[in-house]
Amino acid sequence: MFFSFAVRNLRRHWIRSALSIIGIVIGVVAIASLGIMGNSINLLVANIITDVGDTVVITPHTAIGGTFAGDPRTAVDAAIPAREVEEIRRAVNPHRTIRVLQGADEVEFGRGESGYTQIVGLASDDIPILLELAEGQYPRQNQPGALVGTYLAAEYDIAPGSSLTIGNESIRVAGVLEERGFAADINPDYAIVVPDDWYESHFGTNDAYPMVIVRVGDVEQIDAVKDAIENRINRREDIVDVFDSRDMLRQYEEIYQQITAFLVGIGGISLIVAAVNILNVMYISVTERIREIGVMRSLGALRREVLRMFLYEATILGLIGSIIGGIASAVSGYLISLAAVEVFTAGTTFGENFTVFDQSAVGFIVFGMAFGIGTSIAAGFYPAWIASQLAPVDAMRQK
Amino acid sequence: MNGEPILRFEDVTKIYPLPAGDVVALDHVSLTVDAGEFIAVMGPSGSGKSTLLNMMGCLDVPTTGKIYLSGQEISRMGDDDLTRLRRDRIGFVFQQFNLIPLLSAVENVEFPLVLTTGREESRRRAIEVLRMMHLDDALFSHRPGELSGGEQQRVAIARALVNDPDLLLCDEPTGNLDSKTGTAIMDLLAEENREGKTIVMVTHDPNVAAYARRTVQIVDGRLA
Repeated sequence: MFFSFAVRNLRRHWIRSALSIIGIVIGVVAIASLGIMGNSINLLVANIITDVGDTVVITPHTAIGGTFAGDPRTAVDAAIPAREVEEIRRAVNPHRTIRVLQGADEVEFGRGESGYTQIVGLASDDIPILLELAEGQYPRQNQPGALVGTYLAAEYDIAPGSSLTIGNESIRVAGVLEERGFAADINPDYAIVVPDDWYESHFGTNDAYPMVIVRVGDVEQIDAVKDAIENRINRREDIVDVFDSRDMLRQYEEIYQQITAFLVGIGGISLIVAAVNILNVMYISVTERIREIGVMRSLGALRREVLRMFLYEATILGLIGSIIGGIASAVSGYLISLAAVEVFTAGTTFGENFTVFDQSAVGFIVFGMAFGIGTSIAAGFYPAWIASQLAPVDAMRQK
Repeated sequence: MNGEPILRFEDVTKIYPLPAGDVVALDHVSLTVDAGEFIAVMGPSGSGKSTLLNMMGCLDVPTTGKIYLSGQEISRMGDDDLTRLRRDRIGFVFQQFNLIPLLSAVENVEFPLVLTTGREESRRRAIEVLRMMHLDDALFSHRPGELSGGEQQRVAIARALVNDPDLLLCDEPTGNLDSKTGTAIMDLLAEENREGKTIVMVTHDPNVAAYARRTVQIVDGRLA
């Protein structure tokens, strides 16, 4: 009875109702699709980041320490002196210490193509521990050979056996690396990896290393290893920053969770605007029907029945808006995410086999819809309450 | 009924507190309405007629004094109980008709009944009462805006009678009608009274008051 009343009243002012519904649709779509997008970015990052869970990464301490590997603010030309590296090696014994040399140089790829490329120098016997080959073989001791990152190889059509010119020096390509993704330690997908002796003879040596990696066989011992390094090297002053890959994953997760929260927050604001609109519409509806409410009350409609009638109106608006919004956000969230994935993974294979809709994307849609219905009811409650509290005699006196 | 009156006012006073000073709308009014009576309440505007009618109709409660409806004291009841009394025991006819514009004629009539009874039964009863009011069947599905004043008042009376109330209260029932239509409406009310319905009617029109079997004068909140 009161439900059909509510429906009729919404139909009587269908333009007003439609506008309120549009407001809710926009709000729900904003929340849900931005949520889905944030979530997709999250998933994608999780997909790209190589989980090297047993790795501790040591970098020289910079003014802005303790953030994450690759924080642009830490990109200063600093290195850990060989003396300290030796200290680290002793501290973490028997775990393996890997010294990483990193630089960049002009590289000729053949056929007149060249570019500035990152060069990573690693001890020959450390290379197989860190990196996997897609094709070719690891460079052997005393026999210089380069390993090329998979994207670089794909871009310049490089295969084992071809040769590159780094600076003015020619070097044979021994192998192409497996796609590694974004890792806590080194990111060789777009780089060239060479043995450290070749690196040092090419770039000259200054007995310092921009990064040291410690491979800890057992994840349980990571904290002990980190403590050992801190105690040994950083006792008097901070010389190095020590991370493990779990820290970095945590930090990335935090960052992306914040992005998601931020996006959802923007959506929430638009839904609040929609809620104010509903409040306004419902308030007008109550005001212009005061007399009618008075008549209904005098005929025997209870306060809670009047309250219910107006809440039905708000709920119907919220429900229709949320359903349309849910469908629309499933579509738009999918498209936005596809676009985002496209941008984020341009030139890589990480976007392949990537599903946009997982459980939490559906969760965002459900959350958006629930939020839409919830705010509608909340916004409708105050006008409904006012309507129900009117004294019938006073209400009927209104013209 | 065991001789118990439909309505008994015992020393009822109603004071409206206003910023400019209290207004005494009813001043120690005592009154009895017996079953089957047809009473006209007359008096100048502002005399307290409407306040009296509102209290009879459980729309308002007295400041002091007691009101009994069929022996049940209503002067201290809460809103929900008063609302249920209006729904089950009282019928209202207003000067402005006060039909609900969203509803068709027959839906307006069944409204008080649908609150408690099934839809089919309500519809059957609503149609029965509308026919008693001599309203053309073709008009049943019309909205109030599509009906003439006389037709609207017939629908309103049907609505007031649909729950078979103990007491039918009319506030200037012909006030918005021309005299010919007004006469037809008054004939309907008189007919209801002949069949045993208790009616209290507020009016300032002596011709309308003449239909009643007893007339009560009220001046400045006191019965004269």
